[in-house]
Formats: sequence, structure tokens, C-alpha cells
Amino acid sequence: MIRLEKRPTPSRFWVGATPVIAVILTMIAGGIMFAALGKNPFEAIRIIFWDPLFDPNLSSYSRPQLLVKAGPLILIAIGLSLGFRAGIWNIGAEGQYIIGAICGAAVGLAFYPAAGWYIFPLMVVAGALGGIVWAMIPALLRTFFNTSEILVSLLLVYVAQALLASMALGALRNPQGGGFPGSRNLAQYPAASNPELFAGTGIHWGVIVAFVAVIAAYVMLQRHILGFNIKLTGQAPRAAKFSGVSPMALVLICMGTSGALAGLAGLFEVAGPSGKISIDFASGYGFTAIIVAFLGRLNPIGILLAGLLMALTYIGGELAQFMLGLPKASIQAFQGMLLFFLLALDLLSNYRPRLAKREAA
Amino acid sequence: MFRRTLLATSAAIGLGLAFGAPVAAAGMDKVKACFVYVGPIGDGGWTFQHDQGRLAAVEKFGDKLETMYQESVPEGADAERVLTQMALSGCNIIFTTSFGYMDPTNTVAAKFPNVKFEHATGYKREHANVSTYDARFYEGRAVIGTIAGSMTKSNKIGYIGSFPIPEVIQGINSYFIHARKVNPAVELSVVWAYTWFDPAKEADAAKALIEQGVDVIAAHTDSTAPLAEAQKAGNVIGFGQASDMAAYKPSPRVASIIDNWGPYYIERIGALLDGTYEQKATWAGIPGGEVLIGEITEAVPADVKAAAEKIRDDIAAGTYHPFTGPLKKQDGSDWLKDGEVADDGTLAGMMFFVEGIKADIPK
Amino acid sequence: MDLSAINPAVLFASLIVAATPILLAGLGELVVEKAGVLNLGVEGMMIVGAICGFAVAVNTGSPALGFIGGALGGAALSLIFAVLTQYLLANQVATGLALTLFGLGFAALIGQGYVGIKPPLTERLSFGPLSDIPVLGTVLLRHDLMVYLALLAVAGIWYVLNRTRVGLILRAVGENHDAAHALGYKVVRIRLLAIMFGGAMAGLGGAYLSLVRVPLWTEGMTSGAGWIALALVVFASWRPGRLMLGAWLFGGITVLQLNLQAAGAKVPVEYLQMSPYVITILVLVVMSARGGRAMGAPAALGRSFHATH
Repeated sequence: MIRLEKRPTPSRFWVGATPVIAVILTMIAGGIMFAALGKNPFEAIRIIFWDPLFDPNLSSYSRPQLLVKAGPLILIAIGLSLGFRAGIWNIGAEGQYIIGAICGAAVGLAFYPAAGWYIFPLMVVAGALGGIVWAMIPALLRTFFNTSEILVSLLLVYVAQALLASMALGALRNPQGGGFPGSRNLAQYPAASNPELFAGTGIHWGVIVAFVAVIAAYVMLQRHILGFNIKLTGQAPRAAKFSGVSPMALVLICMGTSGALAGLAGLFEVAGPSGKISIDFASGYGFTAIIVAFLGRLNPIGILLAGLLMALTYIGGELAQFMLGLPKASIQAFQGMLLFFLLALDLLSNYRPRLAKREAA
Repeated sequence: MFRRTLLATSAAIGLGLAFGAPVAAAGMDKVKACFVYVGPIGDGGWTFQHDQGRLAAVEKFGDKLETMYQESVPEGADAERVLTQMALSGCNIIFTTSFGYMDPTNTVAAKFPNVKFEHATGYKREHANVSTYDARFYEGRAVIGTIAGSMTKSNKIGYIGSFPIPEVIQGINSYFIHARKVNPAVELSVVWAYTWFDPAKEADAAKALIEQGVDVIAAHTDSTAPLAEAQKAGNVIGFGQASDMAAYKPSPRVASIIDNWGPYYIERIGALLDGTYEQKATWAGIPGGEVLIGEITEAVPADVKAAAEKIRDDIAAGTYHPFTGPLKKQDGSDWLKDGEVADDGTLAGMMFFVEGIKADIPK
Repeated sequence: MDLSAINPAVLFASLIVAATPILLAGLGELVVEKAGVLNLGVEGMMIVGAICGFAVAVNTGSPALGFIGGALGGAALSLIFAVLTQYLLANQVATGLALTLFGLGFAALIGQGYVGIKPPLTERLSFGPLSDIPVLGTVLLRHDLMVYLALLAVAGIWYVLNRTRVGLILRAVGENHDAAHALGYKVVRIRLLAIMFGGAMAGLGGAYLSLVRVPLWTEGMTSGAGWIALALVVFASWRPGRLMLGAWLFGGITVLQLNLQAAGAKVPVEYLQMSPYVITILVLVVMSARGGRAMGAPAALGRSFHATH
């Protein structure tokens, strides 16, 4: 019988080693699945993990794309991780992402076709505000009525999706689109676009803001009293209360921050890589970011790495799909396995497995 | 998912009409054709039919054709990446099979002038290597509208719309015009499902129509759920949509509108192989074989079947257009004079119902 | 517009059917949460149940075996969640989300050969002439067995949770796992069983979708039903009776708005699309405003249990 003994502090060795082991185990399990589907498992694994980074034909394009794909995931996950640490469960980042995109795009489209340096900054502000407003609904309901923010934020995702559809078909529809749904393409409207800043790198404003968010979150959690309060509330809510932390203020701050970052991610996406408001604009970043936040152990550096790993499986997964004719479902299952292994092995960094002996623990 | 919308061949849209010189070079020995799908192949509808088209091309060209595809590609940023990766990995021609791929297709086409891009249901051809193609599904609606008007006993027919966009509205108008033509007492109920694909909701929508006394249901959503609901009700009929949905023959599925992309894919890949490929905008329908009417079953009386087949054959022969005047708009204003035929530009941007439909187009 | 064309009895009968999948899945999740576990993977378990049920029913020709297959499929998937969260102490929110991702992919892989097939028909129960009683017969006596089983499950789960020792232990584990452990109850084992029960119920709900409500198999066919089931549990403040009402309310709004459209009522459709969610939020607010603990949330919900001695 094996029993687990809690480590006083997480093991440094295992914190680094578990992701590597998890990836190796996923390669084995995934390889078996690919083989069962009649594909060469070694080739599939190579295409997913190696080709996007090092293939001579593809990597010059794929590598920067990692940043494009990981940017919004990291940005949203950083915001969520603050709340998660304090026991505030915003799982509706997808909704905040959508509303941020709608508000930001609406501001940009209102100026069309004017030119002006101030348009894009205004859109950024509107995007963040949109995300904040959408996040404040569950935050305020929780502080005043003690309503579960998990459920309200989740339900608001569906409301946001319905709003998105009505915007794409109605208010924001491109008047020169011949009745077709979807807004004007912001990527083709210079004053409102979020272009690639350095050619061939994939870096746009959203990626830069994501990196800034990682650093800011890191510094705050290490050095700032707010970071301390967040951690304290998560670990010992009563102690936090006694030491003067206002739970109400903390809910508003955490939800507001995560809403703002999700809204920003939506704005950068709609003005850049995606280009327009369409019914299909939301692509699940808000939900994937929750997984990224946990894979990164709610730690800013961890989130950065987890976001890049998720992006790699997306991009490598896409390559494997069309190169080998693998169904998309197998890539989803593969990603699921990777998450399972990562979550399962996380145990080793916090606990020490011991052969059970009869003694007082 | 804005996969099917309409191709605007008209100058009204004013975009992409800069046809340059044909970009086709000499023929090729072997072509690598790639397909981007918006849904899973297993959707049994839109994407499934595109994949059937791909398979038809594979069968036709054998060793001379290699195909690759990717399913469930979200429209937007992901599409651009998938297209670029396909172009980088050596695809000669790339078919993008949903409306939402319009901008990504044109953006990527600019970077790869030697790769041919074919975009379904859009209207932008900003570069010489971009062509567009679509099908006139409303032609099929004329045929099943005729059946619906003749077969209804309650004089109430229904239509499950996905989103209020021109392609769907053309279909509703065509269906209603032809039902009214054979049955002046017929009334149309429209339910907007606001989804292309949500079987449970489609079933609910069909059920709601049936409860309102509707006994013929047409759907512009992709699943067989409305047919299954019709079967449960017993005395209700419906039609296959996008694919034949033969499992529900002979009733409640009494006919079907099939998206048949095979001929187009074979034509374009063949042109690339023999060096006759040129940029073009295709909006074919029943005459070109892109829209097929599936078998009209024995549940339909012989005279009705004959009338429906006559409409189909007249459209195929080019002697009949489903939108032929006199027609008025819903508000009573004149649209088409006697004998006048709707132009493609108006159809491409159609956002109004014809006279007699009581429902509203949501704003 | 002619609202008199909407027959309330018929409407009610269809909303009962429309509510059955989310009712089944919601009941399962209710038991799981009562045991102190938050499994956000309901959507994944439902869709695996949908394909397993469909595949078994098609291959055996028996819808009854199909439902059993669906329940087993859902339970098997939930076992992954159980092992990860109960033995390996993984975070429940993240594991639940991963379970949904995996379930959607896995179900689509199994389902590749089942597209476009019609499943064997699930018969409606026959109550003879009783089914023709006006209103009552229409509403209550024209359904298939699963509808009645779901209603029975509401009563059964209420009874077990509130009136039996098993229910008491389950609630104790959900309220305070350390105390329950100190009393000698096997916290982990009890939670494992609760999770598997939840998986089986979600699987049944999925199978009801693919075998009765729709009936067909396509990828992603649950389209969010599992998330609604999750919302229902909180909406119901963890009470089976209220869960049923919630499921009816939810199914009812969807059915009603489609009926209003079909009857030609001029309704703002895109806003009605949101209405079930907005109304659920409002009900949540009203109920939670009435008082904290009355919400009935299990105190240990979502927390990992690790025996330290």
C-alpha cells in the first residue's frame, strides 16, 4: 500500500520534472491511439511536437504562430489565476472575451473610415471596459447577494454568444457586405488594426500585453501587498479577514482584473488575427485558458510555459491532421490525455509517495 | 457558422472583379489538392457533402491526385494559419468550403501566387489566384416547395431557418412562391433556430411547427432531427437537406436537396492537370449538377411528382427561373414585372420576403 | 398572430421530453456535488453516453441495452475523473474541463462509423385508453419509459438523500470530509461511487438525446446540454424536486419561444435565445439573496480530500 505524505514545500525537482514526464507519457498513450487509427505513431508525434518548431519548410511560419495562439491564452489565464488563488471562480472568461471584442470593435467601427492615432488606444480601453463590465455582473451579484460566481459567469457566456450573433447580424454588420453577416474587417482598417509589429515574428500588441501581464503578475504576487492578500485569502480566508482584507474588495479586484484581461484578449484578437466580429468569432480561448491557468499551477511563469505548450499541441495537431489525415477528434483526445497526465503527476510535486508503515505521520 | 452564403457574381458588390489574365500555366502531372472544412466530416450534412466531392475527385483522378483535408477549422485566425501551413506543405490548389474563410483565403492567396485558391460561397476575388464557387440551392427549394404545396392537408407548411441571411431567405421565398403557386390557400410558418447545427434544437423547432398544425417541414439546418420528429408525428413529411438522408425514405423524407460538389471539384482539378485552369466565379445549380434533387418517393402522388420533376427539368434546361415575375415584396411593393427574372445581384443581397409570407425577418 | 393556437397541454408534454436529458444529467451531478465533488465534465460524459448508447442500440437492435450501454460509457469516463481527483488529488475544475475536452474527442472517434444511421425506435409506453384522457393523458401518459424513470429518479434520489443512512453518509462526506473520515467513513470510496453514479446518469441523459430526443448520432450533438445540467444543480440549490422544476423551466422557455415563432408571434428571437440563461441568473440571484446557507451548497464542494492520519 502506498500512502502520500504532504511535502512542506513543493518539490523543486518534481515541479520541473512532472511536465516532461507527462509529455512523454502522453506521447506513449497518444502513439498507441494513433497506431490504433492506422497511422504511424512516430510520425504523428514528430509532426505534433517537432515539426512546428524545427521543420525546415514550416517552422519559420509556425514558430511565430505559437505566440499568436498562446498570446490570448496566457493573457486570459493570468487574469484568471489571480482570482483562482483567492478562491474566486471566474469561469466565464469566454463571455468577457466576447464582450471585450464587441465593445472594442464597435468603437473602432464607429470611427470608420477616419484616421487617427487615438482610435486604436480608444478601442483598447473599450475592450478592457467591456470585459470588466461583463465580469462585474457576477462579481457584484456575489458581493451583494452571495450568488455563485461560477454559475453566473458561466451562464453569461451564453448570453454573450447570443449578443455576438445579434451584433454580427445586426448593429455591427458590414453595410458594404451585401447583406452578408459579419462586421468590416478591422485588419484592413489601419487606424483600428492590431498588426504584426515585427515582420515574421507573430508578435502583435496582444502578445506584448500578455508578456507584460506575466511580469506584472509575477512582481505583484512576490512583492505587493495585494498579491499577499490574494494568496492569504485563498489559503486561509478567516485569517485574511482578521488581518483586514476586505473580501468584497478582493472579489471586485480579481474579477475586474480577469475581466479586463479577457476583454483585452478579445479586442486584440478581433482587431488582429481574426479581423472581424462574426458569429463564429468565439473559439473557446476563455475555457482553454482555465486549463492553462491550472497547468501553470496558477504561477505566472508556469502559465507562460503552459500557454506555449497548449499552443504547440494546437498547431502541431493541425499539421498532423492534414498531413496524416487524422480526425480532429483524435487531436482533442490527445490534448485531453496530456491534461490528464499533467494533472495526475502534479501530485508528485506536492506529495511524497511512501510505502505505508505503521507509524504516526 | 457562416459556411454557406451566397456568391455575388454581380457588379453590385463591386469587389474582386479585377479579373486579370488567366494565371494557369502548363498542365501538371500530379496535383495536390487540399480542403478546409468548417465542421467535422461526420456532420452528415454540409461538410460531409464536401468530403464526398473530394472523394469523387480522388476516384476520378487516381494516382494523379493527392488530397489532404482538415476538418472543424474555426473561421478567423485559425483558418489563416491552416491555409498558410497547407500552402507551405505543397498544396497546389486549396478549397475553402465556408463563407467565413473569405478574408483568410484572400490574405493567404496574396502570399502564395502560385497556389490556386477556391473559396465556396463568398464573393471576394482580390487576387488572380482566387476563384469562387457556390450553388443555387433556391432552385431545389422551388421543387420541394411544389411538393409541399400539393401535399399539405392542413394548408400549413413550415420552414426551419438557420440565420436570417440572404441564402436562407432566398430558400424560404422560393419554397413559398412555389407552394402558393400550386395551392393558393397555403400559409408558411418560419422558425429561426439561430444555429446551423444543434440537433436537439432542430427537433424542438420541428415539434413546435408540428404542434401548430404544420404537416410539411423544410429545414435549412443540417441534421436529420426534423425528419425524425416528423416520423414520430406520423402524418408529417419533410425533405432531406444537404445530403440525401435516405434513412428516412420513403416517408417522412419524400424528396431531398443534395449539395453535390463532385463535378465542380473534378472540373477544377482536371483543369489544373491539363493546363486549362482559369480564375472564375461559379454559381451553378441544378443545370450544372451541383444541386441534385434526391429520389422523389412513392409517398408523393404521381401527378405531384410529375409537376415537381417538370420544375426541376425546366430549371435544368434553363427555360425556367424560380424568381420570375410578377412578384411583389412582403410590404406589397412591386419587385418583378410579369415575365421579369430576378438578377443575381438582388438575389445575393436578398433581405426581404415576398408577398404572402406572414413571418418577419429578425433585425 | 394567434396565440390560441398554442395548446398548453401539448406544450407541457413536449417540454417534459425536452427536459429529460438535462434532468437525468443534472440529477447525477447533484449527487456528485452532494458528496462534495464538483465535476465540470458533464458535457463530456453526456456525449460519451450518447455515442455508447447509440452504438449499442444499433448493434443489438435494443434501445434498452442502448441505455444501459450509455450509462456504462458515462460511468467509465467518470472513472478517469474519479481516479485523478480522488486518488491523485488533481484540481477538480481543471480535471472536469479536461474531461469534457477528452470526452468530445473520444466520442467522435468511436462515432465515426455511426453517422447517418437511424437507431432502433424507442417505443412509447401504452396506457391504452388512458392516454386519450384530455390534458392529463396528453401531458403525462404518452411518453417512453425513460421519461418516467427520470421522474422516478427525482423521487428516489430525494428519498435516498434525505431519508436513508446512505444519504446521510453521503451528505456528511460532502459537508465535512475530515469529520466523516474521523467517524470512520471511507471518504474517497464514497466519492468514487458518487462520481460514477453521476457519470452513469449523464450517460443516460446523453443516450436519451441520441436514441429518443433527436434520434441520430453526430459529433458534438449535445451542444452544451451538459453545461445547462450543471447550471440546473445550482439553480435547484441541490434539491432534486427543484432540479426537476428547473429542467422544465429551462426546456419550457426553449420550447415556448420556438412555439411562439411557429404561431407567428412577433418575438425578438435573438433576445429570446438568451432568455433561459438570463432567467436562470435572476432565479439564482433571488434564491441566493434569501440567505447564505439556505442555498444548500455542500460545504466541502470542490475541495480535495487527503487523509493525514
